Amino acid sequence: MRVTDRLARGLDAPICLTWELTYGCNLACVHCLSSSGRRDPRELTTQELFAVVDELAEMQVFYVNIGGGEPTLRPDFWDLLDYCVANKVGVKFSTNGSRITPETAARIAATDYVDVQISVDGADAATNDAVRGDGSFATATTAMERLAGAGMRGFKLSVVVTRDNADQLDEFVALASRYGAQLRLTRLRPSGRGADVWDRLHPTAAQQQRLYSWLIDRPDVLTGDSFFHLSALGEPLPGLNLCGAGRVVCLIDPIGDVYACPFVLHEQFKAGSVRDVGGFAAVWRTSELFTSLREPDSPGACASCGSYDACRGGCMAAKFFTGLPLDGPDPECVHGYGEAALLQGSPRPLVSAGHSRPVLVPLTRRR
Amino acid sequence: MTAYSLHPQVGLRDERFGALAYHYGNRRLTFLNDPRLVGVVRTIGEYDDADAALDAAGVPVPARPAYLAALARLQQSEVLVARD
Repeated sequence: MRVTDRLARGLDAPICLTWELTYGCNLACVHCLSSSGRRDPRELTTQELFAVVDELAEMQVFYVNIGGGEPTLRPDFWDLLDYCVANKVGVKFSTNGSRITPETAARIAATDYVDVQISVDGADAATNDAVRGDGSFATATTAMERLAGAGMRGFKLSVVVTRDNADQLDEFVALASRYGAQLRLTRLRPSGRGADVWDRLHPTAAQQQRLYSWLIDRPDVLTGDSFFHLSALGEPLPGLNLCGAGRVVCLIDPIGDVYACPFVLHEQFKAGSVRDVGGFAAVWRTSELFTSLREPDSPGACASCGSYDACRGGCMAAKFFTGLPLDGPDPECVHGYGEAALLQGSPRPLVSAGHSRPVLVPLTRRR
Repeated sequence: MTAYSLHPQVGLRDERFGALAYHYGNRRLTFLNDPRLVGVVRTIGEYDDADAALDAAGVPVPARPAYLAALARLQQSEVLVARD
C-alpha cells in the first residue's frame, strides 16, 4: 500500500495541527481564513492552553502551527511557546510581525524548535498593503530585519498566492534571501473573508500553470503541500499529495473547537471541542466527522478523469465554499472541470462575518 | 559492521503501518513502513552492531541485506547516527 493510501485512513494522532490562539488581530486582511478581528470572550484560558499541550505531548504530536488572528496579541503567548518546547511539542507560528521587537526576536532566535513565519502577500508595499492593510508591508519587513539581526536563520516568508502577486514569485525569493529567510507559498482559499474576494483574487489558469512549473523547478520552496491540485499537470509536486483533513491534520480554534482543517471553519466540519469529555484525543480518535473523513474517497464526477490519482479531486474546503459537491472537481481544477461546474452556479454556503470588526459607516445628518 | 543509535533529536511514534520518525532538528518526517524495522530502530542503541540488533529482532538471514540498506538510508536521513 502506498504511503498516501495509508495516510488517507488516518493516523493515531495528527502529524501536526493548526492552533489558532485568538480571533483578535490588529490587521483585517481581506482573505483572512478565520475572519479575525475581535477577540472572543470564550477563548481558552492559559490553564486550558497548557492542558491541551499536555495532551498533544502525550499523543506525540510533533509540532503545532500556531496562528490566529495575531497569536502574539495574547499576553500568555510567550509562556505558551516555552511550555510547548519544554514538552517537546515543536512550534511554528505565523505572525504579521507587529509584535516582533528586537527583544522578542532575540528570544525566538535563542529557542530551539521554534520556527517563525512572517506573512507577506505582495513583493512590494502596494501589492501587499492592498490585501493586508496600510503599513503592513513595512511592519513585516521591519520584523524580518529584526529576526535577521538577532541571528535567526531560515525563518519563513509566507505568501498566499493571488492573482495580483502570482507574477512576483522571483521577487519573493529575492525578498526572502535578503533576510536569510526561506520562501513559503500557500494557496488562496475561499474560506472566512476569503469567500468575499476569491472570485477576483484566485490565480488565473495561466498563472496556475506557471506556478506549477516554477514550483517543480524549486523543490526548496515550501508549500505546506497546499498546491496538490496542480499535480494533475504532470509530475507530482513534492510532499503529500492528498487532503489531510481529519486524517493527518486538523485545527483547534481559539475557543477550543476542533475542525477538520484550517480552511473549513464552518459548523459542518466541526468535530467537537477540546472542552468536551475526553478532550482533544477523544475528538481526534472517535468523532463521527473524522471517522467519516477516513473512509475511502469516492471520486464521484472525477471518476473518468485520468488525473484523479494525481490530484485526488483537490481541496475539500475550496469545493465546499464555492458551492461545489465534495466528490467533484476542485474549483481550480487544472483541466477546467471546476470552472465549468462553477458556471452552473450552485448556491454557496453562507459564511458568517465571524469575528470581523464592524465596518464603521460615517453617519450623515438628514436635512 | 556499523553500530547505530537513534538520533537524540528524533521522536519515534508508533502507527498501525509502522511508525513516524520526526527529527526536531532538521524538521524532517520519515515514514517507517515495516513494524519489524521499527522494533529494530527503537532498540538499536542497545546492541554492539547492526547485525546483533537484527539477530535480536529475529530478522531471517536472506532479509538482512534489505534491512541493512534500510538502516543505512535512515542514517542518511539522520534518524540514526553511527557510533564507534
